[in-house]
Amino acid sequence: MNEEPLWSIFINASLINNFVLAYFLGICPFLGVSGKIGTASKMGGAVTFVMIISSMAAYGLHGLLVAINAPFLQLISYIVVIASTVQLVEMIIKKISPELFRALGIFLPLITTNCAILGLALFQTSKGYGFLQSFVYALGAGAGFTLALILMAGIRENLEFAQVPKVVKGTVITLLAAGILSLSFMGFSGLSG
Amino acid sequence: MNSDETSEGRNVLLKGLWKENPVLVAVLGMCPALAVTNSAINALAMGLASLFVLMSSSFLVSLFRNLIPKQVRITAYIVIIATFVTIVDFLLAAYSPVIHKELGAFIALIVVNCLILGRQEAFASKNRPGMALLDALGMGLGFTGALLAIGVIREILGSGSLFGIDLFGANFEPWVIMVLPPGGFFTLGFLLLGINWFTQRSIKEKENHG
Repeated sequence: MNEEPLWSIFINASLINNFVLAYFLGICPFLGVSGKIGTASKMGGAVTFVMIISSMAAYGLHGLLVAINAPFLQLISYIVVIASTVQLVEMIIKKISPELFRALGIFLPLITTNCAILGLALFQTSKGYGFLQSFVYALGAGAGFTLALILMAGIRENLEFAQVPKVVKGTVITLLAAGILSLSFMGFSGLSG
Repeated sequence: MNSDETSEGRNVLLKGLWKENPVLVAVLGMCPALAVTNSAINALAMGLASLFVLMSSSFLVSLFRNLIPKQVRITAYIVIIATFVTIVDFLLAAYSPVIHKELGAFIALIVVNCLILGRQEAFASKNRPGMALLDALGMGLGFTGALLAIGVIREILGSGSLFGIDLFGANFEPWVIMVLPPGGFFTLGFLLLGINWFTQRSIKEKENHG
């Protein structure tokens, strides 16, 4: 059992070990959906929501797998649970708010293949977090993901107006900007005692 | 096998290596390409593990391509991939615990590597098992090669060594930043920059000659 305090888990997951900029999880949506601030923040919200639900599900599932002594089923059961959670969230959003559903479009089903979500479930299991700790961990990871996505979108919106040489346009300039962003996030490592 | 099929097979195999290289051209599978390439040996292990998963799941998906109903195909692919990833995970833990510990959760995260799912959807589900194997081999080797290139650059600059062997002696001051997360972004960025420059130059040359 891990005794880490809740606030430390949150700061750790969102800033010091930011899922995107320090662990390289969820790079695909980070590069793909970070074109505009509006889309980026909505995507961040959806990912945070799925993270919280699948983190809770993974916590229960881990208990079950330990009880029946079948750790080799961990990966398969986690990914199936995440895929069905995403499907569930999709249906709920469609029912409650068709507008939001239309705004998110194709990005909603693609959350399944976002490695940040499976990574979160695996990390919380290997760290041995309890129920409340897992919840805060998911919340922090989601907040960090959203923060990184919005920051990146801001940079890229400004890049639109910059004069960029033809050879570095597109992926190259995005990667270099992400590198500098990641460099600045390393400053947060001083926060961990 | 007649000559038509042989040349088709060769094209299928070769396109993954360079023309449609998953990391350097299609920009797929970025998470492992950046996360575990801080040393050449880690990059190589990750590449080979992905190659194994890609080849076995492509073969199986291609074998069952007429049996899997269209509506549940993605779920079926993911379950097949997850099975092979679990096998790799346990094999590595048994035979090479040091590398298994270094790569950590990233072995398990091969499941959500978009490259592998993408090849099932785009190629293996539509082609014969032999072709699917060739495609998987080409793509997997292309992936391994790209990872190894990033890993070699980062290890030489970041720790002054290659595959753990010291290259420059004690006077070399390592660029620590290259083995840290930002170095991953920078290395891949500059690699892509080089490739862009090369392709644009060859297009220009062609125009001048034509």
